[in-house]
Amino acid sequence: MTEAAKNAGARELEFAILRHNPADPDSVPREQVFTLHEAAGMTLFIALNELRQHQDASLQFDFVCRAGICGSCGMLINGRPGLACRTLTADLPRRIQLAPLPGFELIGDLSVNTGKWMRGMSERLETWVHDQALEQLDIDALEQPMEPEQAEAIYELERCIECGCCVGACGSAMMHEDFVGAVGLNQIARFRLDPRDKREDADYYALVGDESGVFGCMTLLGCEDVCPKDLPLATQIAFLRRRMTAAVIARG
Amino acid sequence: MDIIHTDVLIIGGGLAGQRAAIGARRRGLDPIILSLVPAKRSHSAAAQGGMQASLGNCTGGAGDNEDVHFADTVHGSDWGADQEVVRMFAHTAPKAIRELAGWGVPWNRVARGEHEVVVDGKMQAMEERDAAHGLITARNFGGTAKWRACYVSDGTGHAMLYTLSNRAIAEGIPVHERMEAIALICDGERCCGAVVRNLANGKLLAYTARATCIATGGFGRIYRVSTNAIINEGMGAAIALETGIARLANMEAVQFHPTAIFPAGILVTEGCRGDGGLLLDGAEHRFMPDYEPQKKELASRDVVSRCMEQHIAAGHGASSRFGEHLWLDIRLLGSEHIDTRLREVKEICRYFLGVDPAHELIPVRPAQHYSMGGIRTDSSGQSPHLSGLFAAGEAACWDMHGFNRLGGNSVAEAVVAGMIVGESIADFCASPAGDLRVSSALVADACAAQARELEAIAEQRGKESVYDLTLAMQDTMTARVGIFRDGDNLATAVEELAQLQARARAIGLRSNAPGANPELVAAYRLRRMLKLAQCVALGALQRTESRGAHFRADYPRRDDARWLRRTLCHWDGGERPQIDYEALDVMRMELPPGWRGYGAKDYLPHPDTEQRQRQVDELAQRYSDNREQRQEALMPFLHLLPAHLRAPNQRLEDTP
Repeated sequence: MTEAAKNAGARELEFAILRHNPADPDSVPREQVFTLHEAAGMTLFIALNELRQHQDASLQFDFVCRAGICGSCGMLINGRPGLACRTLTADLPRRIQLAPLPGFELIGDLSVNTGKWMRGMSERLETWVHDQALEQLDIDALEQPMEPEQAEAIYELERCIECGCCVGACGSAMMHEDFVGAVGLNQIARFRLDPRDKREDADYYALVGDESGVFGCMTLLGCEDVCPKDLPLATQIAFLRRRMTAAVIARG
Repeated sequence: MDIIHTDVLIIGGGLAGQRAAIGARRRGLDPIILSLVPAKRSHSAAAQGGMQASLGNCTGGAGDNEDVHFADTVHGSDWGADQEVVRMFAHTAPKAIRELAGWGVPWNRVARGEHEVVVDGKMQAMEERDAAHGLITARNFGGTAKWRACYVSDGTGHAMLYTLSNRAIAEGIPVHERMEAIALICDGERCCGAVVRNLANGKLLAYTARATCIATGGFGRIYRVSTNAIINEGMGAAIALETGIARLANMEAVQFHPTAIFPAGILVTEGCRGDGGLLLDGAEHRFMPDYEPQKKELASRDVVSRCMEQHIAAGHGASSRFGEHLWLDIRLLGSEHIDTRLREVKEICRYFLGVDPAHELIPVRPAQHYSMGGIRTDSSGQSPHLSGLFAAGEAACWDMHGFNRLGGNSVAEAVVAGMIVGESIADFCASPAGDLRVSSALVADACAAQARELEAIAEQRGKESVYDLTLAMQDTMTARVGIFRDGDNLATAVEELAQLQARARAIGLRSNAPGANPELVAAYRLRRMLKLAQCVALGALQRTESRGAHFRADYPRRDDARWLRRTLCHWDGGERPQIDYEALDVMRMELPPGWRGYGAKDYLPHPDTEQRQRQVDELAQRYSDNREQRQEALMPFLHLLPAHLRAPNQRLEDTP
């Protein structure tokens, strides 16, 4: 247990939460401050639920797994994108500022529509295995072998939980609404690595070979700094940029 | 009022729902998936350790096949399962995993040559065959005779769900996110769709469909401590119950997982023990061999959870400021293994406990984990009581788990059931029964009834807090309808739940915010969760025996003579569920009741068991050299599967 966690329990926390309910015509975005007695082991999941249960029943936020694996609860925590469910209050100062993740449509308060954004990204980048032979996949026969290290390398990139933190931390995404973000570029890197996907670099170039794709990245690398799954986003984007450049040169 | 017409309405965007939707789509139907959350955030993503399928590629799985998987699952179920369904499942699981492999799941693979494994606390060498190199590997899990849990590190459910979701996107299947079905539209004989509330803006709309499939997962959140996601409130099962026609089965069969981190209740996978991890008590003594000398930490979950609670009750727990717990020790697996095969576990320990499991012990205690019960379906996945209603996955009682599910069989069931139910739905839609004539008045009335109910809740001016009542329900369930049950506590629970239902009518909302209104959501769900809780508690009270996860301290023996039967609940509009039973026919069982190979050895036999066992032995002998004929004689099941799923599964030893 961290030192901070051991010392928890004595503080009166101050939560400054950015509130706005688009369904209410009278609502204007505002900051509302709540105080809450800190408890041992308190996460933002626990804290926000206590606020809703005992102080303001209209407070909106999203949690699903509350275990850091589903990616629902990305928000700005003291200005930095992160997963609220696994953030311990003990690791934060007494005053905790919460705001919805930027770059996504606001549903209300801390709840944003990452689902719609991610579905759009998946449709646009076609984040699935492309192989004509899949039409005749024989599921009675032995599976195609794959090198163990290759499977592990794919999983390394497959671990993305589409939480949107990388988008919320991305300068390019803030400036270009149609930028696919590190999450999208990582998807391309993942399928590019997968021998089952028969697409070639020219196909990927058609998807991300422009300003809204890999060439829109300004290499500020906020994405990798905040990624809750520690994905190697900077390396993947740099590698993809080289491959896409090579693809365009090859095309002539 | 918006009305959306579609062929197939799938309620739930997890593994079962997505796969059923893909199946229906491939048969030329238009499905729509409704999901409370973005589909990739469904609770299927939380499955960590593996999916059972008898590929038999790795050395630990050598010799595995459908027969062994079948027997393990029936033993696990404590003979509560429908054996035909278990056969259908065990036969289809290898196909499901191979389909997912084709679609993109990066299953971990066999690496040829020698590697080290931890078995029974000791490091030993294991040699993998050359020929198996690159095929899908598997790890050991509880209650299984073979290493059969195929895995993707410990993010198996995540990888499976992303692959299936992406496949559904590729096939153009729409997912209507943040949509909650709050009532089924039903004309008294047939399910015609659902009334749906948009969780983002609070508006009601209706979906009409020729077939409706509920795939909403379990109802773990009726308990205080659960590994389930907070969306697992059982609303799919509840709206089926509220039709008064569809029935829920075996609701008292609730699984408690041995290793939830303490006190948060977050799951750490059974793979920890499968890979060689140990359970230690407060004195750091390995206690499981004292209770289960053979299977030790790898007995079935119901058995291990009971041993743990018994050990704590005997004063051997470790103490913390949150209460008593035990320890899970995976230090012996080494950091390289943890960094590659148990990375989610490592992250969970780091963020929620501040513990590095490569060097420190993990505090654990059993927590509610899985609902074996659910919407009763036949082997095709359709409700035998309400035409046009289907269910798949944890929301269903298809009944392959009986009274205890084996680890790794849940995600396997979800995908397999999706494959089968998607076809059943398509068959139904192609049949005369699949025609839908629905009157606009029926739809309008169903919507109006829901709108009135929501308004009534919003306008109640009572003094009760929905959050306090929810907590009270969860405390009752955990304290009185938990791992150890008895008549007094269960009777008290039934009363307390009825009182809570009455108090729920006096809930006063403090917020009338337009739009989503999370407090209103909690209020209308609580009424339905209380109905499910009443089914669980009353079913448990009436079942005066112990079977699988249902353990009665006052009736500690399994009683096949009286209780080899499935509990059925329906709600006729009164204050309490109505319960009746359907018998399981011993004379049709391929595997007549016996000892599970772990857990209690004494049980009261069914009068038919001896005769059936003789028959089975004779038939097995007569057809000892022909597996297909033997199966046909013992218990035919292939005819229950869609034609394209009937072929035998190839294994390494079948190849030239």
